[in-house]
Amino acid sequence: MNKKDWKILLVDDEHEFITTLAERLELRGITPRVAFDGESALAAVAQEEPQVIVLDVLMPGIKGLEVLERVKRSNPRVQVLLLTGHGSTRDGIEGMRLGAFDYMMKPLNIDTLIEKMESAIDYAGKAANLG
Amino acid sequence: MRKLADLLKHPLRELQGEVDEAVSPERYTLLRRKIIALMVAATLIPLSVMAVLNYYEHQNAMAREIQNPLRVLVNKTKNSFELFLAERTSTVSLIASAYTYQELADQQKLARIFSVMKREFEGFVDLGLIDEHGTQVNYVGPYTLQGKNYADQRWFQEVRLKGKYVSDVFMGFRKFPHVIVAVQHMTEDGRTWILRATLDTKQFERIIASMSLEPDADAFLVNGQGLMQTSSNNYGKVLEKVSFPLPPMTYEPTVVNMTDPLGREVFLAYAYFPDADFVLMAVKPRSSSLKTWYTVRGDLLFIFVAGVAVVLIAAMRVTDALIRRMKEAEDRRELALREVEHSQKLSSIGRLAAGVAHEVNNPLAIINEKTGLMKDILDMQGDFPAKAKLLAQVESVLRAVERCRGITHRMLGFARRMDVSIEDLDLSELIRETAGFLANEAMHRKVDVQLDMDPELPRIVSDRSQLQQVFLNLFNNALAAVADGGNITVTARPESDGVRVSVADNGCGMSEETLKHIFEPFFTTKKGKGTGLGLSITYGIIKRLGGEISVESTQGVGTTLTITLPKGQREALA
Repeated sequence: MNKKDWKILLVDDEHEFITTLAERLELRGITPRVAFDGESALAAVAQEEPQVIVLDVLMPGIKGLEVLERVKRSNPRVQVLLLTGHGSTRDGIEGMRLGAFDYMMKPLNIDTLIEKMESAIDYAGKAANLG
Repeated sequence: MRKLADLLKHPLRELQGEVDEAVSPERYTLLRRKIIALMVAATLIPLSVMAVLNYYEHQNAMAREIQNPLRVLVNKTKNSFELFLAERTSTVSLIASAYTYQELADQQKLARIFSVMKREFEGFVDLGLIDEHGTQVNYVGPYTLQGKNYADQRWFQEVRLKGKYVSDVFMGFRKFPHVIVAVQHMTEDGRTWILRATLDTKQFERIIASMSLEPDADAFLVNGQGLMQTSSNNYGKVLEKVSFPLPPMTYEPTVVNMTDPLGREVFLAYAYFPDADFVLMAVKPRSSSLKTWYTVRGDLLFIFVAGVAVVLIAAMRVTDALIRRMKEAEDRRELALREVEHSQKLSSIGRLAAGVAHEVNNPLAIINEKTGLMKDILDMQGDFPAKAKLLAQVESVLRAVERCRGITHRMLGFARRMDVSIEDLDLSELIRETAGFLANEAMHRKVDVQLDMDPELPRIVSDRSQLQQVFLNLFNNALAAVADGGNITVTARPESDGVRVSVADNGCGMSEETLKHIFEPFFTTKKGKGTGLGLSITYGIIKRLGGEISVESTQGVGTTLTITLPKGQREALA
């Protein structure tokens, strides 16, 4: 699948971070949508199902893990990459338990992020074929 | 004495006191002294009392045992003397009664009587008949004494007065020591005459010889004036004045202690004669008599000294063991307290580190993305004069971000370990990560840190945070020990059922004395800078994790600390 067709949703309350990240992804041929909190993220998912959500764990309002849980319930095919600024593996492990595809720690390496997105999309494709 | 009384009243005062009070070595020394003193007092006082009582009892018993035979011997000998004299006196008395004056005045008859007397009784030297005027009218014997007049001699007066007389030993006309036995007889017509016999004092010597005394003992007769009646080995010849004052008069055989004129401590056994003016004396030196006692006394003393030594040694050993146990218990308690304190501190540090790392990570992520975007844009631009320089700046910022990321990740990693206990872990990774904390200091001081990890190192089940603490301690110690530009080598190798990690440095090393105390709590060589807890906590952790820790060190060459850890956690962590 061409990167242009990837459906990515970036969710983080840090505007500067997430918009810049979006811009960099665009420079690499990926066009993500952006949400700045849990509610708008859920709305965006309801509007159009993304393949991968890059989701910050720690946000005001609905927390990342809750968003993950709700998305996985409503749209189980969506793969979620969790972003943690926090060192505790608990969030990551808890996220994996709730069905996250993987977790990464800030600051990100953009190439690693794209590799993980690709793996997630591959995985989703295989899972769909098996299902 | 007051101190001892106080000690006996409150023997264990030092054992009480505040539970949390730190126990200083001086206090243990004091306590040790007090316990030893108490134990020694409790055992030695009865022992000493027993020894003293025993000593005097024995001494008295021995003295009685020596004095009694001496008293009996003197009594027996006195009886022999009395019997001897009584027999002689009776014989003379019998002859005086059995024969008339005329018969006794007959030279031939008297000679015949005398020969019979000499045959039947030993000791008679001569026999004489003396008339009422004191003239010897008939005489049988070796001297020419017929016709001699004894009217003014004392014995003549005495016999006239008492009828019977036994003299002291004297020289008289015969010029050799002799004793006179005289009996006065009265005829029916009122005439009186005296039959007198002389006794040889050789018989006295024989009676004394029959006492069979030891060579250093002595026995002799003296008269009431203190004149020797028989010869003595040590106190004078016959008729010389005895060289010490006469003891108080008693007819019962008596033993007294005295110092004789030769300066010897002696037992003097004596008895006065009721019917003659004699005192029989036997002298025995105390030293020879008490030989047995001295042996017994030596034995007693030896037993006492040996007993005291045993008590002292036992008291000291028992006390040492007791104090050691107390000290160990106290140290363990102290160590546990410190460990709790330490882990609480680490836990707070961990939480703080996590907070800081999180707060820093978000702005760092923004810098990272912004700079990344700048780089992306620059990459897409065609060449322009400052492009290379700008790209270099951007790369530099990105490297700085990467370094910060490393720091915050380590901080977060450290914090994360606070939460976790037992897990399956990769020791190489853990060692690398921990060594990373000190990389800056090592670099700054140009210390070469080599990590030699066996690629086949098995994963182990253990406590990550505790192990991290252990390695932090070891690396810190190694860094403190080496000089700038030194070497630290960390080697990890698989073992039969675990792993062995050694941390070797080429630092200052340790003396044997330091090595002995290295794992003791509060022992530090960092003079005021160290808590002295690092290695004792390390030791405690490794033991708890079922491992072993050992140290080898040569002064001036370096130190190697070796840890072995089991692959799995068995009951050690249960």
